[in-house]
Amino acid sequence: MVRILLAGQGGQGVLSAGRFLAESGLHEGKEVSYLPAYGPEMRGGTANCSVIISEEEIASPLCNTPDVLIALNAPSFHKFAPRVKSGGIIIVNGSISDSYAGRQDVTVYDVPMADLAIEAGDRRAANMVALAVLVCATGLVKERSIINCLHEKFVSKPGICETNERAFLAGKKFFEGLK
Amino acid sequence: MSKILLHGTEAICEGAIRNGCRAFFGYPITPQNEVPEYMSVKMPQLGGVFVQAESEVAAINMVYGAAGAGVRAMTSSSSPGVSLKQEGISYIACARIPCVVVNIMRAGPGLGGILPAQGDYFQATKGGGHGDYHLIVLAPSSVQEACDLTYAAFDLSDKYRVPCMILADGMIGQLMEPVELPPLRPLSDIPEKKWATSGHYGKERRVLNSLIIKPEELEPHVNELQRTYDEIYANERKSVSYLTEDAEIVLTAYGTVARIVKSAVNELRRQGIKAGCIRPVTLYPFPDEAFAACAARDCTKAFLSVELSLGQMVEDVRLAVNGKKPVYFYGRTGGNVPEEGEIVEAAKKFLQQAEEVK
Repeated sequence: MVRILLAGQGGQGVLSAGRFLAESGLHEGKEVSYLPAYGPEMRGGTANCSVIISEEEIASPLCNTPDVLIALNAPSFHKFAPRVKSGGIIIVNGSISDSYAGRQDVTVYDVPMADLAIEAGDRRAANMVALAVLVCATGLVKERSIINCLHEKFVSKPGICETNERAFLAGKKFFEGLK
Repeated sequence: MSKILLHGTEAICEGAIRNGCRAFFGYPITPQNEVPEYMSVKMPQLGGVFVQAESEVAAINMVYGAAGAGVRAMTSSSSPGVSLKQEGISYIACARIPCVVVNIMRAGPGLGGILPAQGDYFQATKGGGHGDYHLIVLAPSSVQEACDLTYAAFDLSDKYRVPCMILADGMIGQLMEPVELPPLRPLSDIPEKKWATSGHYGKERRVLNSLIIKPEELEPHVNELQRTYDEIYANERKSVSYLTEDAEIVLTAYGTVARIVKSAVNELRRQGIKAGCIRPVTLYPFPDEAFAACAARDCTKAFLSVELSLGQMVEDVRLAVNGKKPVYFYGRTGGNVPEEGEIVEAAKKFLQQAEEVK
């Protein structure tokens, strides 16, 4: 069972990325749950969601101590980094956040998500860069599943679909470059 | 059929639609706005009726009218809105009109907050409105169950002519999980209602009424209602027990909290403490037999009810345990949800307390 917490600013695509992840898990026949933080949130506010992907039945849908944190901005990185499980992974948007978690027991991937997304054609595709790094680092779901979800979601907007796919591939290339 | 990813609110709608719901009346309130939103699209497509009423009071009375005419009808709201509906619910219960009322509970009292809570247990299970009546109250703990229990609610309500409430917390409303949807039931498959005020057309005169002014008529009517509640109690109590056979401490919770409790039970077992849990699926009738069975076991030393309230279901647990074992309570309010670790610590503390009392 892997618990993933995705957090960032409203409008950064945190909830969409969570949906893609959950949909991908479902398509691969896994048990999944997706729980958005439901407050009086809006664009510019904070947003986060909890996604669980598991081989077995999921009991609690909460991610108080996630195995993986995806932080798309600095406030969410600092708020949630202390909660990540020991041995866990943090993927942080290095373009707009520092990456010092102050702990030795987690792996931090400092990814210039916003820069890579802008290069791919749209700053708003930073979430796809993050998902690519997640998929490469954990093998949680297949790359193909995420891309399929993307095609399904943007079936009537091929331009947006292409940009997002380019951002995803940029994330993948970035991860491969780390080795 | 393959599973699809749905929100709890959408699953509730699909459960209703697929079991013949063709009339929906509602008034917006967070965190259940996705229910009327979904129904406003689906009802017209299916030849049904959707009305955004001018108030909760109007909405429940529209349900009274539509359901009285024999249509499967539903309304949904959240805590403060459900309080407003109580007069109508009491009238519907007295007039014996089947319908489904959904309450996606938010934190109270008053207007409270929009985050998950379970503070409406008393209101849902003990009456809520005035007079001697009950609703059948079902508490889903997953998105699949939100669909299945809503589907079942229409049949239960029709069978007993008692309104049925789906009592869910805000978390179920927002949670997305894979759901296998039941097939769309043809309306011709739903049994005819011989009491419905569906037009004269040569039929005998039918009246649905909740004003029964003569005491010699009202008392037998109320007694008849009670006989129905007794029958519901005998037939419909439902709960899910997990690892209770050898449990020293039996935890209990309903709705999404029950899932966190289940995780806590697994963690307690991992730490060598024999814990189990009971999850009531029907809150009215309360599944007291599951608790009585555990209370009768020598191995069970204590019960612990975990709720998003200050302690409501715990009263029914105490009645079911009937003084045989101590019953403890742990709750959070205000929209806060307990973490697995908090429940584990509470269980350990109360188990120790129970052993000291001995």
